[in-house]
Amino acid sequence: MEIPYTSQPRPDTGIYNAKVGIWLFLASEVMLFGALFSSYILLRVGAQVENWPHGLLNIPIGTFNTAVLIISSVTVVMAWASLKMKKFGHFKIYQAITVVCALAFLCIKSFEYHDKFVHYEVWKTDGTRMTGHIEGNPMFLTKAKVAAKGEDKIKFIADPHHYAESKMAGRDHSGEHKHYEIPLAEIKRLSAFVPAHSTYFAIYFTLTALHALHVLGGAIVIGFLFGPGSKMWFTDPERFTNRVEVSGLFWHFVDLVWIFLFPVLYLL
Amino acid sequence: MSDHSDVAKHVRGYLIIGGTLIIGTVLTVLASYIDLGHHWNIILALVIATAKASLVALFFMHLISEKQMIYTVLAFTAFFFIGLMFITIAAYNDFPALTTTR
Repeated sequence: MEIPYTSQPRPDTGIYNAKVGIWLFLASEVMLFGALFSSYILLRVGAQVENWPHGLLNIPIGTFNTAVLIISSVTVVMAWASLKMKKFGHFKIYQAITVVCALAFLCIKSFEYHDKFVHYEVWKTDGTRMTGHIEGNPMFLTKAKVAAKGEDKIKFIADPHHYAESKMAGRDHSGEHKHYEIPLAEIKRLSAFVPAHSTYFAIYFTLTALHALHVLGGAIVIGFLFGPGSKMWFTDPERFTNRVEVSGLFWHFVDLVWIFLFPVLYLL
Repeated sequence: MSDHSDVAKHVRGYLIIGGTLIIGTVLTVLASYIDLGHHWNIILALVIATAKASLVALFFMHLISEKQMIYTVLAFTAFFFIGLMFITIAAYNDFPALTTTR
């Protein structure tokens, strides 16, 4: 039995079925991300100012990654437009650029994650707090893990400013990076910038990892339509063009979510 | 928007919108370095983000010329999203005494 209305519009809705399907799916996605944005708002307004990190994310890298997603949004719509204009060669080029942009975005994001995993905050027993790096750049260390290794101190390279000093302090990298040897006995808590560090990093990783999964899912579908899936162009071009449009709609939604995530997490 | 000649006419527009989105991103970053007061910084960043998102939705996702069915689906989505944000604001204004740090 043939699936109806895959290329021709259904008379009552005026559109092919896959398009209704993707918009219903995107509606559910709006509520998914909406719930997480709502969580972000409540966590933020409920946090003490000194416990809400500012400026710890790399703004130039985040800006570049935003541009990468915007470029991919342009190329994905251009790929669809190329098919509408019967230019299959152009479609292939634009679709390939989209996949490259998606992989570049994920690659850059993974470097950003790594930077957080080797960046630490130390809460000392005397009440002082410092952010910085531990010599050798180990990942995911905690006080308990240092003690379990039989070590009684850490060699800490402190950032010039702590984010609690002011809103812009976290972004200010001028000044001296002092080296300290901090005995474990003087450390109340040691945490990398991982979800367990604070509610800020918990919601940051939740939102950005969920978004990254969407990028990965979109890249797989767009990659399939670029590769083996593109054979359909020669047998059923209308249906293939519709598939590309539907994958494009999902991709634009992924871009749209990032347009809000970027200022909210990196800049505010 | 299904006519082939229509699509050809829109190609230049897609490039212009792409450029506008990148300019909007740069403006968002620059605006974050200007201290307008915390609330105004948030409002400005969200206004720019909303403008950018509108461009993506209207032109890249073709919502500017869609069928009624899609608008109906999105009307429900907008209703529930606004409801969710309303509940969020209501919750913010209903912190039990002694638990808020505001």
